[in-house]
Amino acid sequence: MTETQLTLSRRQALKGASAFALTLMAAGLLAPGAHADAAAVDEAIKKLVKGTPTEGKIKLDLPQIAENGNTVPVAFEVDSPMSEGDYVKSVHLFAEGNPTPSVASFHFTPQSGLARASTRMRMAGTQNVVVVAEMSNGKVYMAKQQVKVTIGGCGG
Amino acid sequence: MSNIKPRVRIPKSAKKGEVVEIKTLIEHKMETGQRKDKQGNKIPRKIVNRFECKFNGKLVLASDWHPAVSANPYLAFHFRAEDSGEFEFRWVEDGGAEFTKKAKLTVS
Repeated sequence: MTETQLTLSRRQALKGASAFALTLMAAGLLAPGAHADAAAVDEAIKKLVKGTPTEGKIKLDLPQIAENGNTVPVAFEVDSPMSEGDYVKSVHLFAEGNPTPSVASFHFTPQSGLARASTRMRMAGTQNVVVVAEMSNGKVYMAKQQVKVTIGGCGG
Repeated sequence: MSNIKPRVRIPKSAKKGEVVEIKTLIEHKMETGQRKDKQGNKIPRKIVNRFECKFNGKLVLASDWHPAVSANPYLAFHFRAEDSGEFEFRWVEDGGAEFTKKAKLTVS
């Protein structure tokens, strides 16, 4: 602590603190909106997948609240016999609130036995996670779930 | 490069037709290309962008990764054991560097 700080009155100190807080808020509001949104995810889905996704078949295993956005555990399972004639071809994972919508794609084969995978992803903040599954017969399914993130994980 | 280390955990043996879980992890920073250094310059992107698992030369699972995959990427998936053989796991980094690991499975 320096001499000048010590001699600040309580009123002055409060004024200073609130001005600082305002500056922080303005900076946050004016930051460039470089994040994806639901529309960007739809766009990304269209690029990767033929056909319109319908709800169902996919079970998501995501935390409702993630404390650390740097590693959020994500798991999914798609209901399928995983036989030569009927299996899950690909599963794509998207995030609506990250700088880019794509997170990962998984390409399964009948040898996989079970169309389930678990991994860990980064999340910039509270947002929806979207999972799209392409079946070998051309059908497309999707599922969506919100994850609340306490501390974002985009290492700014 | 020496700090990039792939790890795999599989059961040593399985019954014919059994679906087993395979856990993989590679120690890697997964630099997103979004971060800046102290001088404000962008740190270039360097991630593992592809993972493949083959069994006796036949593809079991492949995965494409984007910068939103966490550092030290972990992936667990399944495999239907039919015959004994060897897994080959392959990770590909931006720029083309490859990291591989092999593991044997006995099916009875």
